[in-house]
Amino acid sequence: MAFADVYVFVLAAFVGYQIITRVPALLHTPLMAATNAISGISLVGSLVAAGSDRNTLSTVLGVIAVTCAMANVVGGFLITDRMLSMFRRAEKKQN
Amino acid sequence: MSREVVSQISYLAASVLFIFGLRGLTKPDKARRGMLLAAVGMLVAIIGTLVKTEVVSYGWILVGLVLGSLIGYPLGMWVPMTAMPQRIAFSHMFGALAATLVGVSEYFTDLSNGETIGIPKMSALAFEVLFGALTVTGSFVAFGKLAEFLPGRPITYKNQNAINLGLAAVAAGLFAYVVFNPEASWAFYLMLALATLIGLFLVLPIGGADMPVVISLMNSYAGLAASATGFAIGNEVLIIAGALDGASGFILSIVMSRAMNRSFTNVLFGAFGSAPTASTRTSEGLVAAPISAEDAALQLAHARSVIVVPGYGMAVAQAQHQIRELAELIEKNGGEVRYAIHPVAGRMPGHMNVLLAEANVPYDRLYEMDEINDRFEEADVALVIGANDVVNPAARTDPGSPIYGMPILNADKAKRVIVLKRSMATGFAGIENDLFYAENSSLLFGDAKDSLQKLIGEIKTA
Repeated sequence: MAFADVYVFVLAAFVGYQIITRVPALLHTPLMAATNAISGISLVGSLVAAGSDRNTLSTVLGVIAVTCAMANVVGGFLITDRMLSMFRRAEKKQN
Repeated sequence: MSREVVSQISYLAASVLFIFGLRGLTKPDKARRGMLLAAVGMLVAIIGTLVKTEVVSYGWILVGLVLGSLIGYPLGMWVPMTAMPQRIAFSHMFGALAATLVGVSEYFTDLSNGETIGIPKMSALAFEVLFGALTVTGSFVAFGKLAEFLPGRPITYKNQNAINLGLAAVAAGLFAYVVFNPEASWAFYLMLALATLIGLFLVLPIGGADMPVVISLMNSYAGLAASATGFAIGNEVLIIAGALDGASGFILSIVMSRAMNRSFTNVLFGAFGSAPTASTRTSEGLVAAPISAEDAALQLAHARSVIVVPGYGMAVAQAQHQIRELAELIEKNGGEVRYAIHPVAGRMPGHMNVLLAEANVPYDRLYEMDEINDRFEEADVALVIGANDVVNPAARTDPGSPIYGMPILNADKAKRVIVLKRSMATGFAGIENDLFYAENSSLLFGDAKDSLQKLIGEIKTA
């Protein structure tokens, strides 16, 4: 673990804070579904655990982790899109 | 270009695309395209991982990917919008489980290879497993309460806070021990076991109405566990994505706590609503005025400005589509209909907006509390459907009330208030609501969906 990683974490958290505070309450549920999908990025760890033939336990745990993370990726992006597709403006604007 | 460089570039691209994706969510019109970018980022990161030199066998990987997709598809396409809170809680469980298992696998592999794990890496691994495990069980309990196979009321037991603090102290002790003695695997696995218990005991005493805070908090923990995984295995995209998730969950839990006028600690350790402690005003001597569907329909038909206040009761009655139909009729008569959405309406942040959007209510008619609270005074009718505590004026006026200080929607300031209610039962907080007895308000009793259908029928025949 390099100390530079701490910089990465702190800066990413800062960027996250700046962006998320600008997400309107209207979209808070899609936001949570989206971060859920993005959390599926733990795939980058679980794929390595499942596929590097290190030992049986690592492979078994890795495959379970890949399954869970992939379920979040597929389910998360699909449901976020499903929700966002429902948000529509009023068709005719009467002033 | 070496394979390692390819995967590093893919991770950098994924990180940038994730940030763009989340930024898209700041604008409803750009949100879908943004999420598409984030999905592309995910695909790039997966491919970038599969080309790594360490990855030598693809058979089991394929099994996991296919199985995960098969589970994910129904979770994405078939789950109804009303079930969104439990579905999200369920996914937090999956996310945290994945992070925890990667942590265990990494720890076990390093130990069995006889490698010495340095203090920084061991801290990251321990943190990952601790937060991951407690998020797994905590989210499971939240899922159970929301899906109603566990009782929604707070489950309390003697000395619960003392027991929880004790567990947390022991887990923290084990954490410190294993960081300096990485080969002590008993401490590592004992800490893992304790963390699962902490997750259970942390969420069991929290009532159903407080679930928005719990879900947000679990979102944050799952993100932090993912970030810790990144620290442990030296993967920056994991650190970045985890930090984004962590920040998001953290902000949402603050928004939710604020909307309920509660502190974090109060939600986590307060067991809200376990017993009606504060003596509040009773309904004695107060008379609520009932109204017939016919009269209510008449008022709505002639109203120029109507503000609908939907609450969780509306979602339970599945009355979103009837509300939209009624709104269209009022608009046809020349009235304007807006919706006032309290931050904690529903069972998770923003839930009510999704339910109304699904019923084809245009999103520019949905107003946040701060945007619309000053508009109630001009409104001819405030139509309260299945909402209770979030429109209780006692939050403004009665310092003795348990919800005193909670930001509420000023429905009572509208010229007329029509409350659709099943019965005179109290809300989640178990508090009498002065709004129901106010001079300008009247109650239409019955199931929200039935009542709305009657209103629609009356206006149509009028």
